[in-house]
Amino acid sequence: MNVFKHVGSFFLMIQQVFHRPEKASIYFKQTIKEIDSLGLDSLGIVAILSVFMGAVIVIQTAFGIDAAWIPLYLIGFTARESIILEFSPTILCLILAGKVGSHIASEIGTMRVTEQIDALEIMGVNSAGYLILPKILAAVFIFPFLVTISMGLAMFGGWFVGVSAGVITTSDFVYGLQYDFKPFNITYALIKTVFFAFIIVTVSAYCGYYTKGGSLEVGKSSTRAVVYSSITILLFNLLITQLLLG
Amino acid sequence: MIEARGISKSFGDTKVLKNVSITFEKGKTNLIIGQSGSGKTVLMKCMVGLHEVDEGLITYDSRVFSDPENSNGSSKSIERKSIRKEIGMMFQGGALFDSLTVEENIIFPLSMFTKMTEEEKVDRANFCLDRVHLENANTLFPAELSGGMQKRVAIARAISMQPKYLLCDEPNSGLDPRTAIVIDNLIHEITQEYQITTIINTHDMNSVMEIGDKIAFIYKGEKWWEGSNNEILNSDNEHLNDFIFAASYLKKLKQHG
Repeated sequence: MNVFKHVGSFFLMIQQVFHRPEKASIYFKQTIKEIDSLGLDSLGIVAILSVFMGAVIVIQTAFGIDAAWIPLYLIGFTARESIILEFSPTILCLILAGKVGSHIASEIGTMRVTEQIDALEIMGVNSAGYLILPKILAAVFIFPFLVTISMGLAMFGGWFVGVSAGVITTSDFVYGLQYDFKPFNITYALIKTVFFAFIIVTVSAYCGYYTKGGSLEVGKSSTRAVVYSSITILLFNLLITQLLLG
Repeated sequence: MIEARGISKSFGDTKVLKNVSITFEKGKTNLIIGQSGSGKTVLMKCMVGLHEVDEGLITYDSRVFSDPENSNGSSKSIERKSIRKEIGMMFQGGALFDSLTVEENIIFPLSMFTKMTEEEKVDRANFCLDRVHLENANTLFPAELSGGMQKRVAIARAISMQPKYLLCDEPNSGLDPRTAIVIDNLIHEITQEYQITTIINTHDMNSVMEIGDKIAFIYKGEKWWEGSNNEILNSDNEHLNDFIFAASYLKKLKQHG
């Protein structure tokens, strides 16, 4: 029963979020701030993770291919498929759920327990709309860019380590990257990313917005945000994959 | 004038407010006093719609703000929204927006609801900060301010929209007696200067004696006494006397006339 109560409250919050903004220009400015806070501030971790994960994918693939009759360009091909289909859109979003999700839940949760949200309500501001809508717009806009950058960096990391370790040549790797390339895979990855961005922001914001108590509860909300958004991402990953590729 | 008539509010099985009726007058500093846990804050939160009342009627200058028996969804929310824009509220902890500077905190409601130019908004912010004796604090963040300064910024933000009603929840809690008096006097001056209806939640007897034009005493969710600061010391209400003369030496003073 508790699950149904939360699902109901979640959709009521979403309804409130998409009410007409009091002043579009303020929401726009807030969205720009959030693009910086949620997206650009995550560039560092995205870059580091992508380069290292790309490198590991290439080493693991090379390790698995030990039969002489298997062409080496398959290393590039497999790395590309893993990165585009799963690593960049899904694993990266799971990591962002940890970074961005906990940030959103603790920010909104703290505003709740320190009565800042009450202050907004009394001023006549739609607090859910003002606090959450710019975050949704920012994440849905910037996450696809982060994922695209991640794809590029992961392939670069794979190439760099593959060539440095002598497991593959540049020409084999590039040939593998281009081999049987389906542009729809990129579309599929970006569609997933948009859904995941929406999930991360809304689920985390929900956990923060309904925080009751003090700093301890803010911490718990933050943890819940990461857990619930990660589970929801995995669930939707399966659903979207079945719908688009199944 | 703000009127609360027959207000009742429960949380689960706990009845926090029981048929409370109080009238808060315009141009006066109306105080709600009572012990911690008596229901003062819940009453104030009901007055601004942060809690929905179970029973009773709340009106602002005869405009219905809360009436559970005759609630009509959309019209109720439209009326409530327009009344809320006329309310300035100061929270116990200040509730200043952490991520905004002092000036941005004060400008926020102006940006949201007026068509003032940037220059006009800054002028208004400076005027409000001058009014609370906080010049040159524009660029500071709430975390850089002392408790008393935070309360003064909260007052400045509350009056920035020139409200008709000012509600303050324990404005001098956590402050030293001298700063508490400064805050009290500031609220009292603003009330008289702009002829607004002010409600203050407090359990500070200094505030009661200094600025209490009209006082309502709440005990265990019920209103037990109503009067002015001139009448309060001579009241024969047992619970009120227990509250006022909590210190034993004050009790002795009262007994010996």
